[in-house]
Amino acid sequence: MDTNLQPAALPAEELRELYRLVTAVRQLDLAAIAWQRQGIIPGYAPELGQEAAQVGSAFAMDPKHDFIFPTYREMGVALTLGVDMTAYMSTHKASWHGGLYNPVQTRLAPIQAVVAGSVLHAVGWAHGQTLAGTPGVALTYFGDGASSQGDVHEAMNFAGILKAPVIFFVQNNGWAISLPTEAQVAGGTVAARAAGYGIKAITVDGNDAAAVVQATREAAAHARTGHGPVLIEAMTYRRGPHSTSDDPGRYRSLAEERRDEGPDPVRLLGDRLLADGIADSAFLDAALQDANANADRVREGVMALGPRPGSEMFDFVFAEPTDALQAQARAWREESEHV
Amino acid sequence: MSEQLSDTVASSDLEAAARNAALAAGQESAEAPSPEAGEGRMEHLSMQAALNRALAETLAEDPRAVVLGEDVGRLGGVFRITDGLQARFGAERVFDTPLAESGILGMSVGLAMAGFHPIPEVQFDGFAYPAINQIVTQLARMNYRSRGTMPMPVTLRVPSFGGIRAPEHHGESLEALFAHVPGLKVVSPSSPHEAYHLLKSSVAVPDPVIFMEPKCRYWQKGDVFLDDAGPLQGSKVVRPGKHVTLIAWGAMVARCLQVAELAAEDGIEVEVLDLRWLKPIDAEGLAASVARTRRAVVVHEAPLTSGLGAEVAALITERCFDTLRAPVGRVTGFDVPYPSGDLEDEYIPNIDRILFGIQRVLEYRRG
Repeated sequence: MDTNLQPAALPAEELRELYRLVTAVRQLDLAAIAWQRQGIIPGYAPELGQEAAQVGSAFAMDPKHDFIFPTYREMGVALTLGVDMTAYMSTHKASWHGGLYNPVQTRLAPIQAVVAGSVLHAVGWAHGQTLAGTPGVALTYFGDGASSQGDVHEAMNFAGILKAPVIFFVQNNGWAISLPTEAQVAGGTVAARAAGYGIKAITVDGNDAAAVVQATREAAAHARTGHGPVLIEAMTYRRGPHSTSDDPGRYRSLAEERRDEGPDPVRLLGDRLLADGIADSAFLDAALQDANANADRVREGVMALGPRPGSEMFDFVFAEPTDALQAQARAWREESEHV
Repeated sequence: MSEQLSDTVASSDLEAAARNAALAAGQESAEAPSPEAGEGRMEHLSMQAALNRALAETLAEDPRAVVLGEDVGRLGGVFRITDGLQARFGAERVFDTPLAESGILGMSVGLAMAGFHPIPEVQFDGFAYPAINQIVTQLARMNYRSRGTMPMPVTLRVPSFGGIRAPEHHGESLEALFAHVPGLKVVSPSSPHEAYHLLKSSVAVPDPVIFMEPKCRYWQKGDVFLDDAGPLQGSKVVRPGKHVTLIAWGAMVARCLQVAELAAEDGIEVEVLDLRWLKPIDAEGLAASVARTRRAVVVHEAPLTSGLGAEVAALITERCFDTLRAPVGRVTGFDVPYPSGDLEDEYIPNIDRILFGIQRVLEYRRG
């Protein structure tokens, strides 16, 4: 079941690009936590420690054909796909639940707050590719906590039966808010469940960006060539809180964090680039500067977002709005805008 | 509104209502004045056959339409609504799913995201409960969440309501639950003609539609005017009358027509309004009828408390308060779990209870 891939097989330019991306994600992630403390955004779900899993998996996909289904913690996926990050971060500004980006154009489904809510959508979308005879592969993200949801079981069973071209990408970060994996996942591993569905499984070091790229490429090739779904379990660690409202000190100690967190994925990749002579420290410094400049730009963009027009509440409820809803919108406008 | 009140019924309304009444009652065509005599095809079909035909035509006309659900393929569905469709359109477009309703609805959302027009079936009303999360948090919200870029043209067929002596959770009336959810539209046909045309129009709606089929009426036959749907939106007066309006949907429409026949023997002229669309509710149609009759009783199988009858009563009261001669009456199921078959007839509004409901409204005196 386990696949030990050799990351050295990636070309040097891809490794450098991966480093630029994980650094951009790291710096934007840290910045967003600061924005929350500064009152710029009301809340944020950090992904500290999951940069390699997210960047590596999204990097391996083909946005021309494929479609990605995130949860609420896939900022690194969005950045790797080239989504406008102000539009993405608008969800944390409380501008729009699903984010202000266009999911059809970006190939990134709207941000999903229901744990495991979009896993079945990925199976449906993927089966649609089979029906239409198109080569797209769906990639859906979820965590060790979400693996407990019945929808994940239904999704894997449906996908296994239909041989749907879908990748189930599990970021096992060790924690679902306060509950550790050993209290969440019977048997200790999500990947082991794939065998029961007749699905190919890959367990990968989620802190190793290059290994994640290779695992996801292998999975995508498998799915794209009609061999059915693949489950990837990327073993990583949630180095920060569940959200900016969370207090991990109530359920894990700093000593435990240091014992369990494993290598920092950004530093791991940087060290490899230096050791292999693929990049020098000037390159790493430049990547950091670019990442900070990007975070500053997104900060400016988020601060400039401003409040949403109230009429927007009514605009997208239906594709064909009902008279009753339009009457409510008119009444709202008359009573709150005094028109 | 009050200026428009009249005790007389417009002749055009009467003609339309007479035809609607014939359709709803499943009478022979000779007794029903056809709106365009000599024009258009008419067939005498059961609701099962009418629904099957609507699905077949949809699959033939819309290459993005797919039918999915438990046993809908080879078997043709436990009620045979999808009978023969897989053989005709192939196992890719009419496919059996594993036995998991959340999976059926979640897959339908994903298929719609990929540009398809899914027509999922949950086998019985009570089996929609396992899919409620996907219906409420996903299907109903994806157009909103995606800011209109991912519409959900999904028609969920739900064999609904009671009356067939079935096991537990095979006789539920979920319309109030669905109607309460922003982003869903809800419709229920009362006759083969309505079933054929409302299903075809529902699948053309770019929003999720919960299509509630009255399973106890599947095998009743009626005339279906294939080429003349009549208005597809709003409610329909299926029997004109001037003393009281009975408002119903699904299987209760036929029962209310029986009640109207009996009441007529006592000189009470009951108008029967088939609400059809349970969201959006045709408030203007309700008001137009009750403005004539000045009394209303709403009938549904679902429990009383927070049932759709409360919404109907509020809409009527808002529009007709000044001219109503009595509070809007409600004759409904009780606030109890849907009972076993032995007690079904005690639970579902029967003719006597509906007649009592009419009597209460007619005898009401102010002060």
